[in-house]
This record gives sequence, structure tokens and C-alpha cells, in this order.
Amino acid sequence: MSDVIKLRNGLDIRLKGKAETVYGQASEPELYAIKPTDFWGLKPKMAVKEGDAVQAGDVLFFDKQSPEIKFVSPVSGEVSAIVRGARRAIQAVVVKASAAPAPVEVGKLDVASASREQIIEKLLATGAWTYFRQRPYNVIANPAADHKAVFISTFDTAPLAPDYDHIIRGNEQAFQDGVNVLAKIAPVFVGTSAKAASKAFSNVKNATVTAFAGKHPAGCVGVQINRVQPINAGETVLTIQPQEVVAIGKIFAEGKLDFARVIVLDGSEVRKPAYYRTTLGAQLSNILSGNINEDNTRIISGNVLTGTKVQKDGFLGYYDSQVTVIPEGNKPEFFGWITPSLNKFSASRTLFSWLMPNKEFTLDTNTHGEPRAIVVSGEMEAVMPMDIYPEHLIKAILAKDIDKMIELGIYEVVEEDMALCEFVSTSKLPVQKILRNGLALMMEEVG
Amino acid sequence: MKPNFEKGGKYEKFHSTFEAFESFLFAPATTNEGGVHVRDGVDLKRVISMVILALIPATIFGIWNTGYQSFTHAGVVDASTLDCFLHGLYVFLPMVIVSYVVGLGIEFATAQIRGEQVNEGFLATGLLIPLVLPAGVPLWMVAVATAFSVIFAKEVFGGTGMNIWNPALIARAFLFFAYPSKMSGDAVWYYGVNAADGADAVTGATALSQAAAHIYTPFTDAFLGVMPGSIGETSALCILLGGLFLLFTGVASWKVMFSVFVGGALTAYGFNMFGPETGIAQLPWYDHLVYGGFCFGAVFMATDPVTSCRTECGKYIYGLLIGFVAIVVRVLNPGYPEGMMLAILFMNTMAPLIDYIIVETNVSRRKKRAIAK
Repeated sequence: MSDVIKLRNGLDIRLKGKAETVYGQASEPELYAIKPTDFWGLKPKMAVKEGDAVQAGDVLFFDKQSPEIKFVSPVSGEVSAIVRGARRAIQAVVVKASAAPAPVEVGKLDVASASREQIIEKLLATGAWTYFRQRPYNVIANPAADHKAVFISTFDTAPLAPDYDHIIRGNEQAFQDGVNVLAKIAPVFVGTSAKAASKAFSNVKNATVTAFAGKHPAGCVGVQINRVQPINAGETVLTIQPQEVVAIGKIFAEGKLDFARVIVLDGSEVRKPAYYRTTLGAQLSNILSGNINEDNTRIISGNVLTGTKVQKDGFLGYYDSQVTVIPEGNKPEFFGWITPSLNKFSASRTLFSWLMPNKEFTLDTNTHGEPRAIVVSGEMEAVMPMDIYPEHLIKAILAKDIDKMIELGIYEVVEEDMALCEFVSTSKLPVQKILRNGLALMMEEVG
Repeated sequence: MKPNFEKGGKYEKFHSTFEAFESFLFAPATTNEGGVHVRDGVDLKRVISMVILALIPATIFGIWNTGYQSFTHAGVVDASTLDCFLHGLYVFLPMVIVSYVVGLGIEFATAQIRGEQVNEGFLATGLLIPLVLPAGVPLWMVAVATAFSVIFAKEVFGGTGMNIWNPALIARAFLFFAYPSKMSGDAVWYYGVNAADGADAVTGATALSQAAAHIYTPFTDAFLGVMPGSIGETSALCILLGGLFLLFTGVASWKVMFSVFVGGALTAYGFNMFGPETGIAQLPWYDHLVYGGFCFGAVFMATDPVTSCRTECGKYIYGLLIGFVAIVVRVLNPGYPEGMMLAILFMNTMAPLIDYIIVETNVSRRKKRAIAK
């Protein structure tokens, strides 16, 4: 058995609408989209035009700075739209499927005998290199660089997060195959939940397994990296999620490029929260229609802390395994700041909902207050299980003091690691936005 | 009605004021866009109102005690509880009104000039200021002190959350240094206007100044608070009730509060054992904690998160040193027997330094880690 690292700081937000481990049925959608906006800092260069016919696995666009990084179509069909936003930036490339999604034959490659270069080449050719994200900055990884490690977190502690033990069922071998591939790129570290972890995760070979116990963000890969192999200035670490590891395993061991993904649909406004088998980039309307309260609700691709707001006919985010639906909170509340509401969740003890430790809450999107200067201390530290001072880091970012940011460990964090700091902030600080601005400044000035 | 207050509207100058009242009545309907989709139910208004709730026991007792002390001093023995309370209210209420009107007036004006929203911070400060002043301080002094502290201790630094020193203590310190003849250290007690002999007000000695002359107020009296002193500071019992509420709701840091008491007790005990034979040095350590402003400072002033240490580890050091400095000033300074105010203001000044040292250990740990690789 591996070591258990206990994390004291953190917070579990107990939301209503948790999914049973059952699969819901929904027909496959017609539209699929790959959104360049899911990749921070990416400058896409189109490889197709509207109306072009594409096969599954064909390149839709690639990275302008490193053209070898390709983003491929998950289905065969026709490019039906290239959605552009402000300053003509590409928001999404939509493909209209002409056939049901199916795995694409790409040819096996024996991992044991293949060189690191061959493996990376295959990953790039199949578009699977984009499954990795590189720390610092959480960006598409540099295929030419030497990376210190590959980290996989096999459990998600975010509110209503999917259970990867359940998702992985039936693909245990593919996960191991995937880890074998990763081990050729850099040493692999697997973080498992100390509470319950599938054997596929805890007994994985070719990797260092560390178990973590604690509240959210214990499942965030950044927290696990910080505890196991903290990132120093100048180092890079790759991160990847379990479903993508499975997909990579299938490419090499079975010769199949498989875009199938499992997602969980949950939240208080979902009638029957459940897991769904779907496809990378799938339009969500088939899963959502008739299954949610559509009146004044917010649909989120991802979890309530870090996810992206999408419309009902929106698309699944590239790295998301979860869709959450919660009520909008766009109603004023009479004397909302003083009533001892038991229906609002709070990490502080000023609302008295803390007297009900097992209650599940229906939280809406209201800010519950207005932005203020930082007053309360210690609240962010209490949800930050890393050796980092969040408040001081935030202040360094606001002051644009790059040396200080590096000293205080900005290389080790991305938005999801500090999302709880934003949730608990009494002063309603936009922590994730501030952090991303800081990371952007770092990329620009330091690289 | 609202459009009149928007930009270009008839009452644009009162935009901040309107917004302050609107958000007072209704929690705003704003939703989270970008970043987190749900947020914690707590906000600054709620935190500040918890502080005000916590101050209620000490305030009510202080009002009664003000009346009671006045009657006692005037030789009236059969004053009822209600009489005492009403007389106290007669003294205290104008002070509170002056403090709020002056302070909030400045806050609203600066918020409007800066184009910002009105911060809630002063709602607590406005009650704290009269509580740390002696009863019967002339109202113009309350007004000047409040104005000084809001402008020079808070707004020049950028408003709530940016200040270095506790604004309520700055108000008190301002009066103490600017009007020493009206508000001296050892006789801070001003009596109300009902003195039969026609005098407007007279001063009386506090427990601490008497202790210097080896006259010790009994612990129980001091703990209950039936003694002269600043309005809110006398009753350790009522202050601790408020303190328990602050700890229960998590608004105040137990680390700070607890360390102040520990620091004070240890230092006073040290003086009891090894100190000089002066009355104040030999004052039993437990009496030190309930005399004067120690309790009030530990519970309501030292725990102000803005002006205290912001690192968890720093809070212990900050608290211990406040307790230590307060007792040292009390014992070793012959001119002035109350050290709590100065101790807290001094440590407010030092808090960023403590934080700096603690954050630097984190920084050097990270650097070492990189070199060790």
C-alpha cells in the first residue's frame, strides 16, 4: 500500500443533486465542437474551412506557434460552422456528424520497444498530445521539452464531481496501457483517494502511487504535485486526467483513437442526475432536454467552482467530465446580509448553516454580497492545503511584482487550486481571474 | 427613483449614498460571471454586524454603569436600575450619534469622491469609539477625534481594509495626546451633569490609578465591571460574552485573543515574582487582565483582522507581544497606568513586519528546495 498524505485544509461544498452511479440514456447529438477557448493562450490556425468534409481524427486546427500540435475532429462529417468572437478570434469549430461516432484505426505501437521520440510523435499525430496540460500555467504542453514528471489525479473532490472509479470500470487495462506510455515520457505519479480507489488506480504499475485524504481540493492535481514533487522555477510538469490516459492507452495498445468519454450530469436543477456515455466535444442539448428545469438555470460545463457557463445547445468542454445545472441567483434579497439563513452554505460560521453538517444545499449563482477590500484574514489559508500564502500571492499579483510572485510560488498554482479561495472570500475577490492575469503576465515577461 | 441617482441623473452626487442604502435593504441581485459560479453566503456586511452584535452586552452594561457611577459619585444611593440606565443613555447616546454622523458623513463623502461603494467598516468603528472613551467627554471632542481617525487613520490609506492602525484606538489616542488636560491617563472618568453641587463634571480615579497607590479593586468588582473606566471597557464578563460570540461565529481569531491574554498573564506574573515593589507591579496577574482596557482591547481591538497579523503563525506572536507590551507599559511607565491602547497601536505598526518575516521563511524554503534539486 502506498503512503497516505493527509490534508487538513480544504472545504467540501455539499450540493444537492448528486448522481447515482447509473447511466442515463440519450441519443448521440448531431453537432460536435472543439473550442480553442478551452486551451488557455492558444493561437489557433485553421486547417479546414466551413463546408469541408472531415473524417474523425482529421486536423481541424493547429497551434500557430507549434504547428505539430494538432486538434482533431472527434467525428466524421462536415465542418458546419467556425464561430468567431471579438476581434475574429475563433471560439469554436463545429462539425456536423454524418455517422455515429466510432473509434478510428491509427495503428498500434509497441510501447516497450518504442523510443520516447516515436511515442511523442504518435501522440502529436493523433492529436492526443493535447490531452496533456503543462504546469506552470496549465497550457498545452511543449513536446520538445524535458518534463520533470507526469501527474494523474484519479479522484475529483470538487462539488458533485464524477467518480472516476465508476467511469474507469471496463477500461482498467487501457488505463494501465496509458500509464505505460506516459512512463516513457517522464516519471508517472498517480494520486489516489485514501477513502476508496479502484484497483486500476491504486495497483497501477510503472508509476508512483500516493494516496491523499482530505477535503477539496485534495483531488486537484496541483495540490498533489505540491506535496509530492513541487515545481521549482524552470521546471515543467505534465498533468493528464484518467479518461485521457485511457484514450492514450487505446491508441498504443489497440491502435484505436477513441473519442468516447463518460460525463456526469448533476446539480439541483437536474431531474435525474446520472452518468452519460458521450463523445469529446458533444453538443449537450440531447442530454439536457427534458432532463433539467430550464427556467432561470445556469448550465456549467465542469464543476461549480471552475466550470464554464454554456447555453443549453452548448458543447462539452475539452477537459470536462461533468455538467452541472444550478439555479441562477439574479433576485435581490430583502435584508439578505443579516438574516440567519440556513439555506446558504458558508465556510464561515456566521450563517449558522454550519450547525447542520450533513445538509445538502441548493446554491444559486448569486454573489451574496458586493466586492470589498480584503478585510477578513485566514479564510483563504483555511482552504489552501499547499505550502503557499494565497493572500500574499494575490497581493503580489495585483501589484504586478513578478519577483515576489515567483518567490511566493505562482509556478505551483493554477485556477482550480485556488478556486476555493474565491468561493470563501468575504470580500468577493475574483481570485481565479487575478491568478490568471498573474500567470499571463508571467508568461509574457518570463516565459 | 433609481435612475435619478445614476450617472447623469439629478442626484448623481448622492450615487454612493443611494447605493449604500439600497444594498442595505436588499442583498444585490448580481450573479457570478467568470470564475466560481457559487459563492459563500458570507459578506462584509454580515461580518461587521456580527461585531456589532458582540458589542451589545458590553454596551448595555456600559450604559448602566455610566449612570450607576454618576449616581454613586453624586451620593445618590437609591437610584433604580432604570434610572441608572436612562442617565447612562443620556450621556452615551449623544456620543454615539456624534460618532456615527461625523464618521459616516466622511465615509459617504470620500466614497462618492472616489466613485466607490461605501464600506461597512465604520459601522463597527462608530460604536467602538464612544465605548473606548470616558463618559462625559465633550461632544466636540468626540467629533474631532472621529474625524481625525477616519480621515488620517483610514481614508488617507485608502479606506476600510487598507488602514495600518485601528481607527477607534487612533481616535482615543488622538484625544489622549491632543487634550491631555481633559483626558489624562490616571483620571479618565468624567461624571455626568447631574452633580448636585453645580459642577458640570468631575473626574475620578480608575482602578489602575488606584492600584498604583496599592489600593486594589476586588477581582469580582473588576470582573463584573462595577467600577469607573471608559464606557465599554469595565465589565470583563460582558466583554467575554461578546468575545465568545465572536469566537463562536469565527469572526475574531482565537489565536490573537488567546495569545493576548497569555502574553499579559505571563508578563504580569513575571512582575509579580521578580518586579519592583510598586503597587502596579505587585498587582496580581489575574487582576491585570480585568482592570482597565485589557479585556476590551484583547477581544475587540487586537482581533481587528485588518490591523493585526494576517498570517496564522504571526497571530500568536502578535497577540503575545500585545499582552507583553501592555503590561510592561502599565508597570514601568510611571506617568500613565494604562498600556493597552499603546500596546495595540504599537503592535499594529509591527504586524506587517511579523508577517514579512513569516512569509520570508516560506520564500526561503522554496528557494532552498530549488537549490537542493
